[in-house]
Amino acid sequence: MEWFDNFWSVYSNLVLTLGTNALLALSIYLTLSCGMLVIANAAFMGLGAYSAALLTMNYDAPFALALAAGMAVPAVMAFVIGKPTLRLSGVYLAMATLAFGEVVRIALLNAESITGGALGLNGIPQSTQWWHVALALTLTLALLWRLRRSKVGRAFEAIKEDETAAGLMGIDVGAHKMLAFVLGAALAGLAGALNAHLTFFIGPSEYGFDRGVEILTMAILGGIGNLTGPVLGALILTLLPELLRSFKDFRLVVNGFILVLIVLFLPKGISDTTRLRQWLAQRRSRA
Amino acid sequence: MLEQQLVNALSLGCVYALFALGFTLIFGVLGVINLSHGAVFMVGAYAAEQAVTRLGFPLWGALLSAFLFCGTLGLLIDFLVLRPLRARNAPHLIPMIATIGVAIILNNGVQGIFGAENLRFAPGLVSDESLSLGGLHLTAIELGIILLSFALMAVLLLALKKTQLGRALRAIAESPKAAYLLGINVEGLFYLTSFAAAGLGGLAGVLIGLYSNALFPLMGQPMLHKGIAVIILGGMGDIRGALLGALFLGFAEVLSVAYIGSSMRDAVAFGLLFLILLVRPKGLFGTLQERKV
Amino acid sequence: MSTTLKLTSLSRHFGGLKVLQDVNLEIPQGGIFGLIGPNGAGKTTVFNLITGLLPPTGGRIEFNGQNLVGLQPHEITRLGIGRTFQNIRIFKDMSLLENVMVGLHGQLQYGPLGLLASSGLFRSEERRARERAHELLSWVKLDHKAADKADNLSYGEQRKLELARALATNPKLLLLDEPVAGMNSTEKVELMAEIRNISERGYTIFMIEHDMRFVMGLCADIAVLNFGRIIARGSPDAIRNDPQVIEAYLGREDDEASLDDAKAGAA
Repeated sequence: MEWFDNFWSVYSNLVLTLGTNALLALSIYLTLSCGMLVIANAAFMGLGAYSAALLTMNYDAPFALALAAGMAVPAVMAFVIGKPTLRLSGVYLAMATLAFGEVVRIALLNAESITGGALGLNGIPQSTQWWHVALALTLTLALLWRLRRSKVGRAFEAIKEDETAAGLMGIDVGAHKMLAFVLGAALAGLAGALNAHLTFFIGPSEYGFDRGVEILTMAILGGIGNLTGPVLGALILTLLPELLRSFKDFRLVVNGFILVLIVLFLPKGISDTTRLRQWLAQRRSRA
Repeated sequence: MLEQQLVNALSLGCVYALFALGFTLIFGVLGVINLSHGAVFMVGAYAAEQAVTRLGFPLWGALLSAFLFCGTLGLLIDFLVLRPLRARNAPHLIPMIATIGVAIILNNGVQGIFGAENLRFAPGLVSDESLSLGGLHLTAIELGIILLSFALMAVLLLALKKTQLGRALRAIAESPKAAYLLGINVEGLFYLTSFAAAGLGGLAGVLIGLYSNALFPLMGQPMLHKGIAVIILGGMGDIRGALLGALFLGFAEVLSVAYIGSSMRDAVAFGLLFLILLVRPKGLFGTLQERKV
Repeated sequence: MSTTLKLTSLSRHFGGLKVLQDVNLEIPQGGIFGLIGPNGAGKTTVFNLITGLLPPTGGRIEFNGQNLVGLQPHEITRLGIGRTFQNIRIFKDMSLLENVMVGLHGQLQYGPLGLLASSGLFRSEERRARERAHELLSWVKLDHKAADKADNLSYGEQRKLELARALATNPKLLLLDEPVAGMNSTEKVELMAEIRNISERGYTIFMIEHDMRFVMGLCADIAVLNFGRIIARGSPDAIRNDPQVIEAYLGREDDEASLDDAKAGAA
């Protein structure tokens, strides 16, 4: 098992980051599956990260409690702003959540006495073990998998296709949107809390627009038609910078190209197999 | 002191207005939220700087180069990225995501080429003189910004209102299909709009670069956020609203920096945006109607 | 016979435009009730008001004695009113079975928490829902296509799917908005039989329709709406011969044909 030990000592951070990125991608998948484009998940991640880190650093709180707080704080915040914000739709919702995300980031930047301002928090205990991430991811996937097959999942899809018709089927549209939003926030917060205790340093700049875009890209890249999409997208976008190290600054340029190309040519993401199936069927019929 | 702040506010507001103008044009006519507009803005500043240092252009030459360079860039973006998405009728959040990708390419590309440190325009590019009106001092840059911005805004507003071209653009803004059926060359006007809007964005970039005397690859990002705030404040797709919103934001920011503190400056834009969306999503002048496809 | 739906002095204005004025209707339980009228008379608006998509400008809407005004659409559906749409609004990316199962949303007895906890309840409720969905699809003869994507259906089949989905909401009152628009005559005859079947199962049906022959063939009780006002109410024969109704339709050329249609249908 020596190769594994070597591998792990070098790559453990990467693998665990992959796990938290997958959680993030799934958090935005949740809201997208309900037809909402929400760009605030980076902010929720930041709220989760700071809440958990402050608890473990300043109050010696047990890790489990910190994680719970990391989920609860963003969830409550989501609930509070959800009421007025979720009345909006489409572009307006996206912009409002974008704005909210920026407000949170600036607040984190300015609340120096609590958050350390621009310097962030340093020296967070590295409590995250691989099994924390694995467990979180497994539970999340299990929950979402069951959700998809239940009336809640069907309700989400109905709302995504036609809100009015969904309402007339007896679906409380507002409540379902709120559920997706709050649950997504909790997931993002969990990812943030886990991530903070992995990298032992966090700063407000990590939870801004760029992070929000990265999360969105992972989901779109992988495809939101099913659960493997976001995970696949997270996998690719986490590993890509490693593979592209030699590009240095230009590796993010590659990210950008990937996003554009995916949108243009693979609109349903990589995990959408229908295009592949169509292409294969065409080849078969020609043979 | 307050009057001096007002001059600052006016200059800032004018630059915001130029930026918002391009942004709004693209949204109004093409129906796309172009999140690469900030990056184009930044490219304009860099293009002007390069025109001065490498090609030895004077100020007006640099401005013109920035306009043309960015205009072409905008046209390219439209042709390569937005046009195929139009052709297959993608729901309008999709082009927005694509423009995010373009912004990432531009922002990081420029950083890769020029590095992340601040660049400055060569000193002496703009005269150091200032104008004194009553108790107010206007530097040459501020004067230039205000005059140029107002001139461009006036030209644009007049063109939209009085010319055939303007009417065609307004028709497209309401319903591209109907405009097409009326014989308007919709696709051609899309190209023109992309060109002009990007050009204006690039100009705004040069002006801010001169005003703050600092160019850096991510300078377009905060601008983009403010542009979004402005167009929502003014009512999406409404030009007058965008201009008024931009001026309003300029004033709000400068006054808040003067009386509250500079750290919350960026928060002003977002705070306002958030509030407006909750209270009156259609902004000061806009209508929340989705335009008829 | 008790009254199921009662509209009292119902009105709806859009700015200066009076779409509905002083509409009074009492629809008894059981049977098939028809609302006809020339284009633009305001018929769909009546449905939109009943289902809570629009608030009335004035008047009352009572369903089995309960006031509906101010309730959210999903609350009104849960009270027992189901609806189909003039321009079909099925969920195109879902299968037929899933479409109908969405309609069963209100009747599945587990909540979001139930997803986490009792697996048994979840499974049995889902099974029950699937069975019921298959049953409803078989009523409209679409069961064999249950797993197909709704988008692949023909126009007439999509209308039938909408009907099955509306039935899934377990309505006491079923609102059908132009159920046969765009169908050919074979499909219309088929749907007429299916609607009669549904009526015989005990559902009260309130139908808006343009096709006079269809309406007169199905409904024993008809009201006529013109320019937002009810101008006549009665049996098909009474309506056919009502001078006000004739005048309302003669004024609109495209409806003359349907009036002749109705007269031909009587002969």
